[in-house]
Amino acid sequence: MNYLASVGSYAIMIREVFKKPTKWRIMKSLIFKEIDELIFSSLGIIIFISFFIGAVVAIQTALNLTNPLIPRNLIGFATRQSVILEFAPTFVSIIMAGKVGSYITSSIGTMRVTEQIDALEVMGVNSLNYLVFPKIIAMLFYPFAIAISMYVGIFGGWMAGVFGGFLTSEDFITGLQSDFVPFHIAYAFVKTLIFAFVIATIPSFHGFYMRGGALEVGKASTTAFVWTSVAIIILNYILTQLLLG
Amino acid sequence: MIEVRDIHKSFGDAHILKGVTTTFEKGKTNLIIGQSGSGKTVFLKCLLGLFIPEEGGIVYDGKLYADLTDNEKRDLRQEMGMVFQGSALFDSMTVEGNVMFPLEMFTKQSKSEMKDRVDAVLKRVNLIDAHHKFPSEISGGMQKRVAIARAIVMNPKYLFCDEPNSGLDPKTAILIDDLIKEITEEYNITTVINTHDMNSVMQIGEKIIFLKDGLLEWEGTKNEIFKTDNEAVTNFVYSSDLFKKVRQMYIQEQN
Repeated sequence: MNYLASVGSYAIMIREVFKKPTKWRIMKSLIFKEIDELIFSSLGIIIFISFFIGAVVAIQTALNLTNPLIPRNLIGFATRQSVILEFAPTFVSIIMAGKVGSYITSSIGTMRVTEQIDALEVMGVNSLNYLVFPKIIAMLFYPFAIAISMYVGIFGGWMAGVFGGFLTSEDFITGLQSDFVPFHIAYAFVKTLIFAFVIATIPSFHGFYMRGGALEVGKASTTAFVWTSVAIIILNYILTQLLLG
Repeated sequence: MIEVRDIHKSFGDAHILKGVTTTFEKGKTNLIIGQSGSGKTVFLKCLLGLFIPEEGGIVYDGKLYADLTDNEKRDLRQEMGMVFQGSALFDSMTVEGNVMFPLEMFTKQSKSEMKDRVDAVLKRVNLIDAHHKFPSEISGGMQKRVAIARAIVMNPKYLFCDEPNSGLDPKTAILIDDLIKEITEEYNITTVINTHDMNSVMQIGEKIIFLKDGLLEWEGTKNEIFKTDNEAVTNFVYSSDLFKKVRQMYIQEQN
């Protein structure tokens, strides 16, 4: 029953976010600030993780190719498919649910605890629009971060494959180019956009409606991470079934 | 002037306000006192329009809140200033940014006009050199003064303060009390203060209402509170030996 009530409250929150917009002059600066906080400040960790996961995918594939009849260029193919279809859009989104999500929940939750949200409401500001809308718009730039993740992941696979002595650069590139389905890129970006909305809104919901003090801010951040991850995993399944199934 | 007409407010089974009727006059400092759990905060949030009473109504200078359209409610909100217990300043903004915020949000003033207005109100609350500091870089007393400056920057008709002295040393608390009283008279606004501080009651309480278990137990002025026989009020206000002695001295002087 509580879960149903939460889903209802979440839907009401989303409706409120798009009501009574804040002045564009102010909103513009909030959006730029959020792009910096949510996207640019995450690029370092995204690049770091993408590089090494891409590398590990290539090594794992290479080590499992024991049959001499299977061409070595399959390593490039497997790396590309893994990174583009799942690793970059889904795995990185779960990482971002932790990094960006906890930042969103704790910043909004702290504003709730210190009555800053009450102060906005007393002034007649639509606090949900003021706080959550810029985050949603900023997260529209998330696919750019995922595009970087795809590139770096594949590059990591190439480095590990070639410099680890598992295959030649030509083999890797041949594998990379074989059986390429452009729709897979569209599928990855559709997923990414939906995950971006989830990453912006579920942590905002947990921060905005939290009650209590500093301890509860911490608990709300953890809960937000858990539910954002659950939503990403379930949506990943549904979207894969709908778009590729 | 704010007229409160028999308001009731519940949360689930908890009936917090059980029919409060009173009036807060313009140009006066009106104080709400009462023990923790007596419904003071809920009452103040009803006055601010953050909680909607289930029964009864609140009238702001002849306008019944419940009858207002959404736009009229928003306009009314802009006529209200609020000083929160913890100041509620925006951490990410400087002192100047905090005070300028309502002007940026709701007026079409140019940057220089806004800056002039911010300078004027910061000067009024005796904060001259703190414009570019962040809330975390200034003392609690200064934060309260910034909160007052932010509350009055739009020339409000109504000023609400929730425990404006909490966490302040006695000297700073008196300064904040005096500042609120001066601003109330100077701007001719209706000020309502929620407080536990008996010094404030004695110093600036032009009208005091005492809430007990969600009901209006007593109302009067700071002079009347010395003479009242209401046991609940005397037990609450004169719980310390110091205030008992102050009361005795006052009564002796009157006799």
